[in-house]
Amino acid sequence: MPTRAPRARWLTLAALVCVAAAAGCRMEEQPAPIVPPRAEAGLPERFELGRVATADQIAALDHDVNGSGVGLPPGAGDATRGAIVYREQCAVCHGARGEGLSPNPPLVGREPREGFPFADDLTLVRTVGNYWPYATTLFDYVRRTMPLTAPGSLSNEELYSVTAFLLAANEILPAGSVLDASSLSAVRMPARERFVSDDRRGGPVVR
Amino acid sequence: MSAMGGAVLASLPVQSGAQGAGNAPRAVGRAEGAGTTAVGTRSRHASPAGRAPVGVRTGSSLTPLQDLTGTITPADLHFERHHSGVPELDPARHTLLVHGLVERPLMFTVADLRRFPQVSRIHFLECSGNGRGAWRAPNAEMTPQRVDGMTSNSEWTGVALSTLLREAGARDEARWILAEGGDAALFARSIPIEKARGDAMVAWAQNGEPLRPEQGFPLRLFLPGYEGSANVKWLRRLELGTEPWMTRDETSKYTDPLKDGTARQFSLDMDAKSIITSPAHPSRLPGPGWFPVTGLAWSGRGRIARVDVSTDDGATWREAHLQDPVLPRAHTRFQLMWRWTGGAARLLSRATDETGYVQPTRRQLVEARGPATDYHLNCIRGWRVESDGSVYFHWET
Repeated sequence: MPTRAPRARWLTLAALVCVAAAAGCRMEEQPAPIVPPRAEAGLPERFELGRVATADQIAALDHDVNGSGVGLPPGAGDATRGAIVYREQCAVCHGARGEGLSPNPPLVGREPREGFPFADDLTLVRTVGNYWPYATTLFDYVRRTMPLTAPGSLSNEELYSVTAFLLAANEILPAGSVLDASSLSAVRMPARERFVSDDRRGGPVVR
Repeated sequence: MSAMGGAVLASLPVQSGAQGAGNAPRAVGRAEGAGTTAVGTRSRHASPAGRAPVGVRTGSSLTPLQDLTGTITPADLHFERHHSGVPELDPARHTLLVHGLVERPLMFTVADLRRFPQVSRIHFLECSGNGRGAWRAPNAEMTPQRVDGMTSNSEWTGVALSTLLREAGARDEARWILAEGGDAALFARSIPIEKARGDAMVAWAQNGEPLRPEQGFPLRLFLPGYEGSANVKWLRRLELGTEPWMTRDETSKYTDPLKDGTARQFSLDMDAKSIITSPAHPSRLPGPGWFPVTGLAWSGRGRIARVDVSTDDGATWREAHLQDPVLPRAHTRFQLMWRWTGGAARLLSRATDETGYVQPTRRQLVEARGPATDYHLNCIRGWRVESDGSVYFHWET
């Protein structure tokens, strides 16, 4: 969670459940574990199934990047080169300026400049610039899913370049910026502090 | 034609077959019937309208709720939501990697997974965007399928994820798990470790047979009560870590804007909800008399405790009968027998779950979150019955 450690969130929830239980409320029960094999007579801790995965096997599949930038590969790219990658690989679906071509979403836009009124105004369009809380997500998503007809086909340099281009187009980075693992991890998105943990807990209050 | 056939089957008593076994035999209709078949098909008189729309690779198809009774969704009518189409995966070659904060990173074949202790559970699966069309752009000619067709209910069979975590030796510092699919999009979501150690499973079967390709064949994550997209299909990798990954589908999408200028993230539990599936548009009441007002209720937080039905737009409510079994995090069928006298009526259903949560009106949900909020749109909706028996969607609650 961006604003609160997950552990703290869990403890808060556990505390709430305890307080509610003491007060006689019937709060949501945590899901009970299903099939505890060790509780059954004679079953082992492990069944010795599966094979230990080699480092190569893991490396072949593990291409994710998290919100802290862990997993970003070596290399670098710049927004100028990214404009070319965007034009060749992205514009056909997302429009020449990232304005979106329905049903493909827009990628560029900072309106509204003030506030975060997405729950009040149905005409607002959520973009990288006005809504996405993490810049690393852009790199991760483009690498895993885009371009739609040939996902996984962009080089690391092209990925850094097109990420830099889109962040520059959204006025988050200066034009011509260069990105690598370190500088991308350091980008602070305008909407970052807007995201909060789920406070719904069941019970009578509608949230 | 098939739509009406299905609707009639679901909602009205069948009139044929009045000539019982004790009556005099008649030559007509007694010709020898068809022989056995390897895989059965539906009666040509009772084909459901089917899912719609079809052919969508990045998008959804909806379950025809108005054509179904009971609680189990036939596997071939389970709603679909894909982010880059349905991949064709070979179960002999497909593997699941469990790695990250574990003692032993392990690669499992599908055959390996089937040798662990198996569990079967009946649960609903609902897209957190279910109801969005009826929220944003409602119209009177919406059917239950159009209003709420992104919920379905199945018996899921697989191995408890907790079993796999024990097998790999999950470390205590692991707090989140990245689940990644093997579709073209490599769809990925972060799952809290508490859910993984709780009732989560890696499922390979649905309603007694292997998963349908549209539901993740050969493997999917199944997280009872969680929003649909977290139940990653075509599962190929689980990585244990200390923080969520902040993938696109837990930041840009599947987050809920709120009126205080924030957006709710990791809103994974589905709140209690219900919908009347009969009478509903496009069916028409044939004339005054008794009718079952019946539908589905469900909650991601446990069992449904009660469902109330109103026939006068919420002025008065009566408690509906809940059909056994009433299972946690599963569709529950409710019914209230109603004598229609021929006038205009407004039918509504309101679910309450075992935590005491009561399904809100549209007005309450707008008040709590704002009119342009997104996802988890679980407000009370219903049907307007006209004096001529026609039935239309009714959303102003």
